[in-house]
Amino acid sequence: MTAGTTALAATGLGKKYRRTWALKDCSLSVPEGRVVALVGPNGAGKTTLLHLVVGLLAPDQGDVTVLGSSAGTTRTLSRVAFLAQDKPLYDGFSVADMLRFGARTNPGWDQDMAVRRLASLDIPLDRRVGKLSGGQQAQVALTVALAKRPELLVLDEPLANLDPLARHEVMRGLMAAVAESGMTVVLSSHVVSDLVDTCDWLVVLNGGRVQVSGDIEDLLAGHRLLTGPAELADGVAGRLAVVDDDRTDRQATLLVRTGEGRPPLDPRWTDRGVNLEELVLAYLRRPDSAALPKPALARA
Amino acid sequence: MIDFRLDRGSGVATYLQLVHQVKHALRLGVLRPGDRLPTAKEVVDKLAINPNTVLKAYRELEREGLVAGKPGLGTFVQRTLGGASVTEHARLRDSLAGWVSDARTAGLDPEDIEALFASVVLDSFRIGEDTA
Repeated sequence: MTAGTTALAATGLGKKYRRTWALKDCSLSVPEGRVVALVGPNGAGKTTLLHLVVGLLAPDQGDVTVLGSSAGTTRTLSRVAFLAQDKPLYDGFSVADMLRFGARTNPGWDQDMAVRRLASLDIPLDRRVGKLSGGQQAQVALTVALAKRPELLVLDEPLANLDPLARHEVMRGLMAAVAESGMTVVLSSHVVSDLVDTCDWLVVLNGGRVQVSGDIEDLLAGHRLLTGPAELADGVAGRLAVVDDDRTDRQATLLVRTGEGRPPLDPRWTDRGVNLEELVLAYLRRPDSAALPKPALARA
Repeated sequence: MIDFRLDRGSGVATYLQLVHQVKHALRLGVLRPGDRLPTAKEVVDKLAINPNTVLKAYRELEREGLVAGKPGLGTFVQRTLGGASVTEHARLRDSLAGWVSDARTAGLDPEDIEALFASVVLDSFRIGEDTA
């Protein structure tokens, strides 16, 4: 897998609809070969960010670079595949028609791979798209996107409206494609549990701003959940970066950013590691908290 | 070929679960030197996990000298774990089964048995260290 190059970079990116900023001061940098989870509540600006990345929207502020060149240029677009939220398929088309359509509109089209992939999924080429199950439609849409042989694949809520089995199948197929090609994937979701074990980079978007962007393993290792007496909480909060703070009159539960290593603590505190869901929820509850790499320390 | 399973609620990091399962298979003789581990693609196609996780597990096993990657061919088992041979294993398993049934007759429940076994293992190796 290639390392060291940047697949996606945004600096001061902003997008305004009428007078409201859907996205503001958004800066992030994602290395190549990553599977990026873009999470955030509805209306956080996820779709806007994805549309800026694939060139469907032009920024009102800042800029976004994809695979080393400006987003939206013809050259960039030939290396990027985008799967919109509403699965862009034509119900009246047969599956074979969809592939023909893909072949006509994409120069680097890999018909063999598309046919092989659909055969392994038992999806008949002569079936009309409208007659397929939701899971099969998702697989056809993903196949069309993969057959373009993209270096960056962008998926907007690819698992929405799918049952648990179909979600697993789609993720399996996606992970196998990543293993084969080493491409970078960005996918948005508001269901964090779908992203555990599949994504290795986390971007949290909240209220149009980037709250978190980083390697998931590093983020999990760099946060801890502390539980202890409420009267000691202010002392800890003064020393450590508290992301989320939940107190009753006796007890305090603090999710803190520790960075590397474990901080020395009063023995009355218990501390443990956090999982991805806890980490995301803590940040979403506290829109003012942020975990972003300092520009000087950002990994290429 | 080893068949990986994940315990998603265990709290053990996914790559470590893969490492443990390979070691377990080596101890039980399910995997032997020369055997090929499944490719990252084969593993992720089954488990729906990030391929980098599989590569990380294999790197860890490689670091411990248990497997070696051959470019273009795959990852192969280099050596086995656990000193005894397969027949020795079978003999020891039989005598341990005898002891467990003895313990059950004496009224010990599974937790009692595990605690007793663990403490004997601990004592035995501690004595080993002292005399070494």
